[in-house]
Amino acid sequence: MRNFGWSCLVAALVWWPLGAFAQPAADATEKEIEKYRAMISDPMANPGFLNVDRGEALWATKRGTKNVSLEGCDLGEGAGKLEGAYAKLPRFFADAGKVLDLEQRLLWCMETVQGFDTKDAIKRRFSGPGVVSDMEDLVGYIANKSNGMKFAMPLAHAKEQEMYAVGEAIFFRRSAVMDFSCATCHAEEGKRIRLQGLPNLAKPGKPSQETMGSWPTYRVSQSQMRTMQHRLWDCYRQMRMPPPDYASDGLTALTVYLTKNAEGGEILVPSIKR
Amino acid sequence: MRNLLKIGAALFGFALAASGTGHAQQIAKVSPELVEQVVKSTWKAPAEGWQARVDQDETQRVCTEARNNPKGAEFDKIIAREAAAIVYPADGNMLGDWKAGERVAQIGTGGQFSDKADGPRGGNCYACHQMAPKELSYGTLGPSLAEYGKIRKYAAADAKAAYAKIYNAQAVQPCSNMPRFGHNKFLTEQQMKDVTAYLFDPESPVNK
Repeated sequence: MRNFGWSCLVAALVWWPLGAFAQPAADATEKEIEKYRAMISDPMANPGFLNVDRGEALWATKRGTKNVSLEGCDLGEGAGKLEGAYAKLPRFFADAGKVLDLEQRLLWCMETVQGFDTKDAIKRRFSGPGVVSDMEDLVGYIANKSNGMKFAMPLAHAKEQEMYAVGEAIFFRRSAVMDFSCATCHAEEGKRIRLQGLPNLAKPGKPSQETMGSWPTYRVSQSQMRTMQHRLWDCYRQMRMPPPDYASDGLTALTVYLTKNAEGGEILVPSIKR
Repeated sequence: MRNLLKIGAALFGFALAASGTGHAQQIAKVSPELVEQVVKSTWKAPAEGWQARVDQDETQRVCTEARNNPKGAEFDKIIAREAAAIVYPADGNMLGDWKAGERVAQIGTGGQFSDKADGPRGGNCYACHQMAPKELSYGTLGPSLAEYGKIRKYAAADAKAAYAKIYNAQAVQPCSNMPRFGHNKFLTEQQMKDVTAYLFDPESPVNK
């Protein structure tokens, strides 16, 4: 809902001169929003790249009881190999015996490869005033290493297919005091919540590709880098659900479903959004 | 993809189907038990009083299973169950104060884990519906309600039907996307009367 403030501002600027012709005004608003997006989408002025730099340093820092860096961490493409790794996540990891998204895999590597206690990293999972998030920094750095590539999850292992199906089921699962599911807002074309356009994420196509291909992102309204973990947490907040556990299997299942629908979509991250 | 998912069923098992396109897709169908197990692991320990939001009631469960398109007996059962639970104002008056109703329609907060328990709580009607034509910031997930009362000649029976729809949309349309504001105790009786007045008062901007 906090998105509404900005939408309303644009509405005020764009709609009033156009009078009561709601539909053309809506199109004009959409165009203005596009213009705004293009305006702020400048890598040289995107603070999210500060996170990328911090993530790069953190990746190479020796930590934990084993005093090693994360360079021994296998994100699916081989130990320490980052190029293209994000484009193929989430995926099944035989050593962990389950399907993991990037955040889950990073926590696994911290604990297993580094012998690093993740309690503090999980506590600082979302950055805020005075709080830096190692997880957001690492995700920013690693996802950026798939820049310009296309989503191509393997989805070959039975467990990966199972997680896809679980993710789809959770996407349509209605609950809480407003009876909402993800599908309530994201399963039709051309719908809006207030003035905000809603991408249809329930099928393969451009809206899914553009949405997934632009996370992680620097949120101007929050002055922070945010990952898909945070986006889903924020969706469930608006759905009146309790906060979902960080790096939990339900969020990974949803990410598998959403990423499959974004297959072939180009990754351009960190992006910048309002 | 959806069609592929419909193939196969067995509990925790897979029925695999190959699609003809690209790298042969094999998609599994999972049991509701496994889905609920994953849901439990995603909300391990909700704060006191919040577990009920994770658990589904019978109507939510049926609507989830039917992808909001229940058929035959399931359809009838939802209508009967939801309609039976509607509580109308004791004095039979469905209409409150339209100005207060406008605030309820505008307010989008309340009930989120980020909200204070005693903070403002509204129905957020404008998120999904056009209402007063002068308000340009409205969503399109639900139908336009502009001139709602005027079109219905301000008939008392229609006002009562609107109150019922706000109280429990699924008593009218099973698996409607609209929240069951009264049924789920999200809005108070007074708030629902006020919104009904916002729709039915000739002085309300909805009808201007």
